[in-house]
Amino acid sequence: MAKAAEPVLFRRLLIGSTLLLAVLAVASSVSAGPALRSDVGRPAAVAFCLLIAAGELLRLNLPGDRDASPIGGAAALGYALLIRFDADDVARHTAIDVATVVVVGCAASVVIHLLLQRDTRLVDVASRLLGVATVALIFRPWLDSHPEELLGRPSTTLIAVMVLAALAGGAVTNIVSAAVRASRLRAPYLATLRNEVQAQSGLGAAMASTGILLALSVPKFGLWALLVFMVPLLVTQFSFRRYASISATYRQTIRALSRVTEVSGHVEAGHSRRVMNLSVAVGREFGMTESELLDLEYAALMHDIGQLSLTDPIPRGSTLTVAPSERRRIAEQGAEVIRSTGSMARVAHIVACQANAYRKMRETADVEVPLPSRIVKTASAYDDLVTASREDRGSRAAWDALERLRIGMAYEYDPRVIEALTKVLTRNGDL
Amino acid sequence: MWELPPLARAFVGAVVLGAAVILAYSIGTVSADGSSDLAELIGLFVLMVTVSVYRTKTADGLSVSVGFIILLAAIALLGPQGASLVAVGAGVSSKHTAVQRVFNGAMFVVASFGAGLGWAVTLGEQRLGDQPVGRILSATAVATVVFYLLNTSLVAGVVSLVSGLAYRRVWAGGLSWLTLSYLGYGVFGLLMAEMYRSVGVASAVFLLAPLLVARRAFANYAELRNAYDGTVAALVQAVEMKDYYTRGHSERVARVTEMIAREWGMREDRVQVIKIAGMLHDVGKLGVPTRVLQKQGKLSQLEFEAIKIHPLRGYEMLSEIEFLSEALSGVYHHHERMDGRGYPLGLAGDEVPEFARIIMTADAFDSMTSTRSYREAKSVEAAIAELRRCQGGQFDVVAVDCLVAAVNKHGWAPHPEPFFGEKVDRDGRPIVWTPGSAEEVGHGQGG
Repeated sequence: MAKAAEPVLFRRLLIGSTLLLAVLAVASSVSAGPALRSDVGRPAAVAFCLLIAAGELLRLNLPGDRDASPIGGAAALGYALLIRFDADDVARHTAIDVATVVVVGCAASVVIHLLLQRDTRLVDVASRLLGVATVALIFRPWLDSHPEELLGRPSTTLIAVMVLAALAGGAVTNIVSAAVRASRLRAPYLATLRNEVQAQSGLGAAMASTGILLALSVPKFGLWALLVFMVPLLVTQFSFRRYASISATYRQTIRALSRVTEVSGHVEAGHSRRVMNLSVAVGREFGMTESELLDLEYAALMHDIGQLSLTDPIPRGSTLTVAPSERRRIAEQGAEVIRSTGSMARVAHIVACQANAYRKMRETADVEVPLPSRIVKTASAYDDLVTASREDRGSRAAWDALERLRIGMAYEYDPRVIEALTKVLTRNGDL
Repeated sequence: MWELPPLARAFVGAVVLGAAVILAYSIGTVSADGSSDLAELIGLFVLMVTVSVYRTKTADGLSVSVGFIILLAAIALLGPQGASLVAVGAGVSSKHTAVQRVFNGAMFVVASFGAGLGWAVTLGEQRLGDQPVGRILSATAVATVVFYLLNTSLVAGVVSLVSGLAYRRVWAGGLSWLTLSYLGYGVFGLLMAEMYRSVGVASAVFLLAPLLVARRAFANYAELRNAYDGTVAALVQAVEMKDYYTRGHSERVARVTEMIAREWGMREDRVQVIKIAGMLHDVGKLGVPTRVLQKQGKLSQLEFEAIKIHPLRGYEMLSEIEFLSEALSGVYHHHERMDGRGYPLGLAGDEVPEFARIIMTADAFDSMTSTRSYREAKSVEAAIAELRRCQGGQFDVVAVDCLVAAVNKHGWAPHPEPFFGEKVDRDGRPIVWTPGSAEEVGHGQGG
């Protein structure tokens, strides 16, 4: 299968955001506002800037290959929402000043990442930057027009505006990063946005809470509050890191062990992996949620595991050539194995149903066959057909395979799945 | 309550009675005091109930600490009486039985009241005010220690009465370096009180939110972590479908490997890695024809070559699992011998990686003690004698010593049921009844 070309939109965003970062950083450092130069303003700006840089250095990679930088984000938010440096000195920095501090902090961390030769996705940094900019653009002008909020006990209105500004910032970050992600994964935008919100909401809430808490606690405790009140978020980050690492291990292990059918000679080399890639791409076309996609991925990887129970491997491992009853028996065996893991009941169900036809002769579609099963069934059949005829037919093999599937369409295979598969194959350059 | 032994019932009854007396006294003083602090009392109580209701299924240290932060803030803001009222909220929980909830609530009431008294005595006043920072911090430390001691000793009391285990053993089981982190949580309780006073209830929510999110992430982690071993075991069993005589071999090798590794003194995370490596050491055998694996009698040169390739096959398959990276050498070299006459590379002595020495010893031990197509199983004693005989030649001296020590300590049965003699959990720790679950005793609390 041809490797998908790097999406153009993604690259343009990448380059555009890099330029934007650079221009902003240069322009703002030249024109640093008076609020940053004042005696109380400077140490605060430096402290927040350092914390943002440190937070960006400690960024973590969440499941689904997402960058997150809760500590840097909380520090940036805290600076955007800051009202006073202590009991009497009010914070007069503008939205531009906030951008300066955040950009310099991010730029420092990007440079360090580059020096350490770590991958840095500027788009992710840029989308976080846009989020903070939104917060500053909402909150700083509002604060200017409500000077009475600057002193005394924080009012409920002030806290409500802080929360709303943080929510708006989070929304902007998610909207931007979902756009980048949708173009990178070639997935429908709305489904990607929903997945993005689901994946980020927990950590985002923790980050926003901490940011607001920083803004509220600095007037009382001074800049030391930045270190102290960051501790709960450090605990959060630690928990997420552990979760991310066990998720990665789990996924790698399933991928590795799904190769058992290949090593034992039951199926062609690389079959499971190819069926997984096709299935997930098709699943994305249907706008599946991330957890559904993960189940689909596991089911596709292990869809042939039932063949291990066969003493004599089927030629080329293609279940197309065996009787339907035997096919169902193999699928059920595989589902039994997966069920015995004790934690993958949904995956087992998908594998069990993959041998069933989309609908039986002269009957309506079988509602009992779940969509993921129909996808795995179609993707697996396609891969078997292509592999079988590649030697003779060369580049025509994909067309032939698809044609064979279309003949079985409406009974054996779901027409909508074939349509989505065609779309995916066209995009990958296989057709 | 009726299913508890009589002594435990009496113990629970006494704690509940004590809590009732404290509560009656507290309600009396608080209502006589006027309603100046009523808003704070209600706010903290609502927080406490919310945090307790939305507890995650997996118990962990974070659940305890979140509740403890709120209780300490209550002590600082409201004094012992108010704190004991807030503590009632800690008994509310969706995942416990009625008896457990009542006991937990009562236990928290007693512990917070005691901690509040300790705080008030050290501070000289009941509530947080403009006292010197040093005195406030020492009062916080005293309150934390009193709370911790009351909490753990009451929970250990009920656990030991129900399970019949010695009190000291149960209580000491909860001790660890993590205990010290309570002092940190105590300071957070104090900070929360300060913020609550100057900003209001919203600041408490902002302070607790990251910890609640962390608790959720930790529960997800624990769930996946528990599922992981089961998943690997199930998939390995599927692989073993191919060969009747090796059924269960991988799982047993994983157990022996773990026993040796613990005796070896390995760090816990490395024990987990080598256990999984032990489970997976033979996956490469899938690439060897069944006919060769089950052949009785001498193998031809060609057949032996086919077998010799299996460690490499296993290594290739597993190499993408980053978590196993250190253990891959164990899989690749588990047929080396200390005298250099093994395969695939013929490494000798120090060249043989630590993980490989352990896995090869476990592998040989289980092979000898289980039945194969070509011979009957040996007894554990005979197998150990055989290992001793080849110690230093085929096997590593230390690995064999560790295996013998572990088997002497825990015994060995090929089937997991009567494993360690007493009822134990997956990590070999004794299972004890608690109002919550065994893990919660490990963190010194009961709800």
